Amino acid sequence: MKRSLLALACVLMLTIGLVGCSEEKKDEAPAKQDTAEKAAPVEKIILGVAGAHSGDLASYGLPSAEAAKLVVAAVNAAGGINGAQVEIITQDDQCKPEFATNAAFKLVSDKANIVLGHICSGATKAALPIYKESNLVCMSPSATNPPLTQSGDYPNFFRTIASDDAQAALATDFAMDTLGLKTIAIIHDKGDYGKGFAGFAKKYIEESSKAKVLLFEGVTPGAVDYSAVVQKIKGSGADGVIYGGYHPEASKIITQLRKKKIMIPFISDDGVKDQTFINVAGKAAEGVYATGPRDITANPMYKVAMDQYKASHDGEPGAFFFEAYSAAQALLKAVERAGSTDYDKIVFALRNEEVETPVGKIKFDSKGDAIGVGFSMYQVKDGAYVEVK
Amino acid sequence: MDYFLELFFSGLTRGSIYALIALGYTMVYGIIELINFAHGEIYMIGAFVGLTVAGVLTSFGFPATSIMVLASMAAIVYAAAYGYTLEKIAYRPLRSAPRLSPLISAIGMSIFLQNYVMLAQTSDFISFPSLTPEFAFLDKYSSTIGSSDFLIIVVAAVVMVLLTLFIKFTRMGKAMRATAQNRKMAMLVGVNVDQVISVTFIVGSSLAAVGGVLIASHIGQINFFIGFIAGIKAFTAAVLGGIGSVPGAMLGGLILGWTESFCTGYVSSDYEDVFAFALLVIILIFRPSGLLGKAPIQKV
Repeated sequence: MKRSLLALACVLMLTIGLVGCSEEKKDEAPAKQDTAEKAAPVEKIILGVAGAHSGDLASYGLPSAEAAKLVVAAVNAAGGINGAQVEIITQDDQCKPEFATNAAFKLVSDKANIVLGHICSGATKAALPIYKESNLVCMSPSATNPPLTQSGDYPNFFRTIASDDAQAALATDFAMDTLGLKTIAIIHDKGDYGKGFAGFAKKYIEESSKAKVLLFEGVTPGAVDYSAVVQKIKGSGADGVIYGGYHPEASKIITQLRKKKIMIPFISDDGVKDQTFINVAGKAAEGVYATGPRDITANPMYKVAMDQYKASHDGEPGAFFFEAYSAAQALLKAVERAGSTDYDKIVFALRNEEVETPVGKIKFDSKGDAIGVGFSMYQVKDGAYVEVK
Repeated sequence: MDYFLELFFSGLTRGSIYALIALGYTMVYGIIELINFAHGEIYMIGAFVGLTVAGVLTSFGFPATSIMVLASMAAIVYAAAYGYTLEKIAYRPLRSAPRLSPLISAIGMSIFLQNYVMLAQTSDFISFPSLTPEFAFLDKYSSTIGSSDFLIIVVAAVVMVLLTLFIKFTRMGKAMRATAQNRKMAMLVGVNVDQVISVTFIVGSSLAAVGGVLIASHIGQINFFIGFIAGIKAFTAAVLGGIGSVPGAMLGGLILGWTESFCTGYVSSDYEDVFAFALLVIILIFRPSGLLGKAPIQKV
């Protein structure tokens, strides 16, 4: 009995192995055909849209699918791309990596030419190797995990949203290049958000070697006072402070710094770019820098996208709608400029030619991040945050 | 040396506040063996009353020093009333109940008061005006010790001396000590125990209110949640010094303040709480009833 069970198990395992292998082969085969076909002129361009369209994170993915539809409808109405009509294939990954690989295989075998997606960073990471092998350009409106672009592993990956570390990159560049700080104290609130920001800031300062991190410390949120840490900042002799966290602690620290007549620049993040910070810290808040999302409502394409959405829907567009709209535009424009669906030509167009989109006039850097997207530096002036030009 | 002094004073400031609040915990525990978890909320309410009064007086154009004094007085009166009422409605009916019941009642009152202030006021942080006068003679040392630090230290010291005198030399103080030693015996020799307990709550709450106004003016902001963390830290200080012992609470507060401050200064503020509580554990291992606490006498 036991032996026969064992044998059965072995057989089952073998079959699964075989099925697995043959599946992979099946997928490789069309992929090769695909690349062969791509060289030829196309009559139809297939835009794959992958992301969470069901499940508990569907609200992150559905607006992107909607944005893609709107862009494609507009492009097709205007005669398509170089005469070819655009068709959308959607694939649902529920933001789960295991479904994302399935979705990616499906899109590859359905001969998608370009892919808009995925939505979540984990799912995107799982799907990217598959697109890379098939020479497919993939552009996410929402995957913010820094290594996706910065690792350099996926030259086929682009995104229209700033990565998680963009705020820190902006803050450190501003501190070192604009303010010319040489020694910096980094303080954070030990939380995911604040410590994440502070960690990236530290990394960038150390990598650039233009400045030195003298202090890297976490404070306990809600503590009775922060004078000890303020003394420590003073004792370290830093030229400036970078703070990662939220406004209640930031306002306490800045008040005590100014009380001790330590007037060095104070640079913080979006958690501090809040009117409450200014109301609470009062005079001490004057001159404080904080990064915050760039205002995109003034962009000409923003209005176009919004009007298009309002014409067919009620209410406001959901999460990442404008990023997805921009990504779809950038992808289709790149195909148009490339004149074919050839991978190298599309990538070249994405990296070298600007596109007018709702999030601004963008092109992509060599790693795949959109240039000019994301955050701006603000400074408190006369009791309000003003963008630093 | 300068750096050491800076940290010393920063710890002393912090410790004085902890001590002011810890006194309330320890006095109440000494008398009725109840950990009054709502005590941190009294501190918070004191700060809010101080803010309201300060706001009104500022609009009338009073000078800062008199605002500070009047706001503190108002906070003391209000917080004392709160402490008195709290004891009346939440603890007195449960005095003969098992010890867990008043404890739950205390936690309930703490949550109730927090949420009440949040709904009645706001959940946001509010700016608190700096009411401390700038002492000219401190100008030279302004980097080591600020005016508000100085004020906190001095006020805490004065209050503690007064409290010690009160407990040592007044009739009510004697009654308090008697009640703390043995409530039943005190009752039998004619001490009005109910009154003693009420006075204990009133005194403890007043001290917390003073702490609330001082620290709010020092850090410049308050919200409904400040009482929780301050309360936990003060409670730790009280346990450290020996709960039930008045000098113990003062000593515990100062030691906790210094530990945190020096740890931040010489090690890292990441480990501030780790050091503070490690110290607590170590002290409790060697002296289970705290630094100045008396070992419980087994009553047979």
